[in-house]
Amino acid sequence: MISARDLSKRFGEKEVLRDVDVEVARGGFLLVTGRNGSGKSTLLRLFAGLLAPSDGELAVEVERHAVGYVGHEPLVYRELTSVENLELYGRLYRVPERRERIGMLLERYGLWDARHERVSTYSRGMQQRLALCRALLHDPELLLLDEPFAGLDREGATLLDGELGELVATRTFVVASHQPERLERFATAGLALA
Amino acid sequence: MTSYLSDVAVLARKDLLLELRSRDTVPAMLLFVVSALVVFHFALPSETAESDLAASGLLWVAILFTALLGLTRAFVAEREQGLIDALVLAPCDRSAIWLAKTVSVVCFLLVAEAFALPAFALFFSPVDGVTVAAVLLSNLGIAAVGSLLSAIAAASRTRELLLPLLFLPLAIPIVVGGVGASVAEEPGRFLGFLGLYDGIFAIISWASFEYVVTE
Repeated sequence: MISARDLSKRFGEKEVLRDVDVEVARGGFLLVTGRNGSGKSTLLRLFAGLLAPSDGELAVEVERHAVGYVGHEPLVYRELTSVENLELYGRLYRVPERRERIGMLLERYGLWDARHERVSTYSRGMQQRLALCRALLHDPELLLLDEPFAGLDREGATLLDGELGELVATRTFVVASHQPERLERFATAGLALA
Repeated sequence: MTSYLSDVAVLARKDLLLELRSRDTVPAMLLFVVSALVVFHFALPSETAESDLAASGLLWVAILFTALLGLTRAFVAEREQGLIDALVLAPCDRSAIWLAKTVSVVCFLLVAEAFALPAFALFFSPVDGVTVAAVLLSNLGIAAVGSLLSAIAAASRTRELLLPLLFLPLAIPIVVGGVGASVAEEPGRFLGFLGLYDGIFAIISWASFEYVVTE
């Protein structure tokens, strides 16, 4: 599903990624590790199509509507409620039975009671849960998760563990994490960035 | 086409809802435009034919700088919270993001002008139908060009400096058309000029927005 050959990315003079070769098969789970600044987030942004490679070849064989992306920011509007945010994305992604799907996700991620509160009042962990709801809303084929456990409490992390366990058989994952031990059991391949 | 317009409506509704909640932009635009007209009122010599003519120009200066104030904040949420990534990832046509932003900027301008035009009539001279038509036409051009430039500026560290530097030169034709329509004996050709400006720059902005928001 993803094929990268000699993939490099520079921002001005700074080379963030250099000659990365990686293949992710459909249904695979690529675990990306590395120290801060090693280019994990940049790699995921390249895979998402948010950045263009400086050099090398990159092929991602999936349509834009089938990608779910969780970045460092939750990518939700802070002045809107969680329902309003998910409604917005649900409409843009043309999610069938949108309201039912939104309700199911909010309930599963423990945000149902706070669904009519503005996101600006949410804790970091609640915002991360909402980010996961947003990424899963359209039932994507490829999930690009950048530090998905960041900000989650134990309950949230357990929820995400369960979600990954359910989806891992039918979806393709690329996950960047500082906590590889949580994810190693799902991983079919690893990439350590220097 | 229906889905495209539906995306535009969804995104524009979101921008209007955000403004309704935060009230960051429109109140500032209102205060600015009324304050500017008050300042102009005291800065101009009163009761002369020359001052009436100059006042027509000052109305357009006030509108342009008020629009600039709104445009500076047009992509604030997307910039500060990285939300442009989420919108770019969404499967909608990226020009829908521009068109929605243009619609919301036009709405903000209409609210500001609903106060600015009566204030202008109060301080200077009555506003005729031609001037109102010119203002409405100029809104489209301002919002179309301004939304594109605001997206360009949002990606820069010097965005507050960059936006006026990009926008004001491109807005000169709007001032030419607007002032011309307000003072000319035959304003038709100036209104036509504004309409032509709107059309050309809307097409350019619509076609180029995708390249602005993707690397």
